This record gives sequence, structure tokens and C-alpha cells, in this order.
Amino acid sequence: MSEYELFLAIAVMSIANFSTRVFPFLFFSKKEPPKIIKFIANNFPPIIMTILIFYTLGKIDFTIAPYGTKELLSIFVTGLLHIKFNNYLVSIFVGTIFYMILVQFIV
Amino acid sequence: MTFYTKEFQTALKVSIPVMMGYSVLGFAFGLLITSFNYAWYVALGMSIFIYAGALQFLAVGFFTAKLGLVDIFIASIFVNIRQSFYGLSLLKKFKKTEKLKPYLIFGLTDETYALLTTIKDNEQLKSKYYYFYLTALNQSYWITGTMLGVIFGSMVEFNTKGLEFSLTALFVVLAIEQYKANKNFTPFIIGACVSILSFIFVPINSMLIFAIVSAIIGMFIFKKRLENV
Repeated sequence: MSEYELFLAIAVMSIANFSTRVFPFLFFSKKEPPKIIKFIANNFPPIIMTILIFYTLGKIDFTIAPYGTKELLSIFVTGLLHIKFNNYLVSIFVGTIFYMILVQFIV
Repeated sequence: MTFYTKEFQTALKVSIPVMMGYSVLGFAFGLLITSFNYAWYVALGMSIFIYAGALQFLAVGFFTAKLGLVDIFIASIFVNIRQSFYGLSLLKKFKKTEKLKPYLIFGLTDETYALLTTIKDNEQLKSKYYYFYLTALNQSYWITGTMLGVIFGSMVEFNTKGLEFSLTALFVVLAIEQYKANKNFTPFIIGACVSILSFIFVPINSMLIFAIVSAIIGMFIFKKRLENV
């Protein structure tokens, strides 16, 4: 991406992000939101988090060795840490360092 | 408005946990974006104007994939759709904030929302300034963390291979938090199915949008199972 395209993309993300935050103030300061919008907003977050886990692994080829085992192992470690210590900084940092060690030092 | 007011001091005290979280996560973001060779002002601009953790991490991928602007817009909306109902519980609180209101809404991150909804209004504090300081302090931690990460990343030479896993780890953590709040496996199954389907049927660059659209269709097919919690 050229720098110009980069700035456009940042502007678009800023607008999109602000739209989600300003949405209820614009439309629902007087009346209740319709059921269908409530349904999507309540149930979509866990779905998008799952999609994003897959999306971030998009470049991994699961058909050649080591078949994504490093990624799956690191996800497992991250999840386990999070369930055990319930501290997102610990989970993210130890999980990432664990993965970095796997890809940098183990063939 | 001076920095010695009671409002500022109380906001500073209340925001300390966020200071820890944002400076560390902001640091990771600064480090990641520098490892992809983007200039410092790109990182700074993002933390000033976008100011949304998950989306900023994800943006690095959008840039390298050269995703189109419409795709970026739709993906950004859905990544942050959880925020679109935060305001509902703050409508009253923000009513008398006048000129500060647009910034308060702009700065409504997960953590700021959590602080604003849990703190009780103190009669002795002018709430609009208190809210403003709280929001601005939180963003200042995020920006400071980002810049420290950028500086560290460009000065210290080290192998960053695998650093991008921080993004995956972030979403794993957020997914677990979502499960704790809902205790329902159905959304995760829908998310996994549409992701695998889109990996098979569409190129990686259109994967996200395809998965989002199919997930919304899936939500209505399994509406009963989603609502049965």
C-alpha cells in the first residue's frame, strides 16, 4: 500500500470505529433499539472473535509439515493460561513468546 | 481546567489499572507495526484517530493484504459491533457533558466503558470533567505505549518472527471472555464453520467479509439455539 492509501485506510477505520460508538447516541436516545439489532449485537461478538482467530491463521498451510501444530499448541497454551490466571496480559505475552520460541528455535 | 483539580486526581487514581493494560498492549502494537516497517507516524496516527485495540492490530493485516476500502469499512464495523450498545447504558450520564460529548463517545473503548459504568457519581466532582479526564488519560496511556513500542522496535535489533501471533492470542483471550459472559457454544461453532467454509471456497483476501456475511445468515438459521441460554 502506498502512504496515501494507508492514510485513506486509517481514515476509513476511524470512521467505522466511531460509527459503532456513536450509533446508540444517534438512534436510540429516545426509543428502544429493534429486536433484530439487539439480537445481532448480542450474539455476534463471540462469532467474530472465532472468525478472527481463523483469519489471523490464514497464512498457515495445514497440509504441509508441521501441519499447524505450532499454532494450535500456542493457542492451547494461551487459552490455558487465560483460564488459569485470568490475566489477559499474561496470556497474550506468554502465549506470543511461546510461539516465537517455537518458530525461531525449533524446526 | 487545570491538572490539579479533584476531577483530574480522581480520574488518575481510578485509571491506574488501565494504565498498566494499555501501556503494555500499546507497546505490543507499536512493536508489531514497526516490525512490518511502517513509519512511526502511521502508528501514532492510528492510536490517535482509530483508538481501538483489536482493530489496530488487525489493520496491519489489512494493509499487507491490500484490502479494499469497502471491505475494510465492513470488517471494521463488525469487529467492533460489540461497542455499538455500550452507549445505551451511558445515555443518561453523558446528557450534560455538552461540548465534551463527542470526545467521550469517540473514546468509548471496552475499558473506558467498564470504568464509566462501574464508578458511582461523586457529588463533589463535576462529572463532565471527571469523565473527560478519565477518557483522555486512558487514551494517553495507549498512545504512550504505542510510541514506546515504536521506539523500542526501531532501536533494538531482535528477531520478531512470530510476533504476529500476539494478534491470534488477543482474539483467543477475547473469545474466552465472550464465552464466560454467554456460556453458549453455538456462536463459536458458527464462527468455526463459516471460517472453514470460507477458507475452502474464497481467496484469503475476501475470507473475512465472506465469513461475516455467512455468519449473519447462520445466526438466523440457529436463532433458537443462540437465544436458548
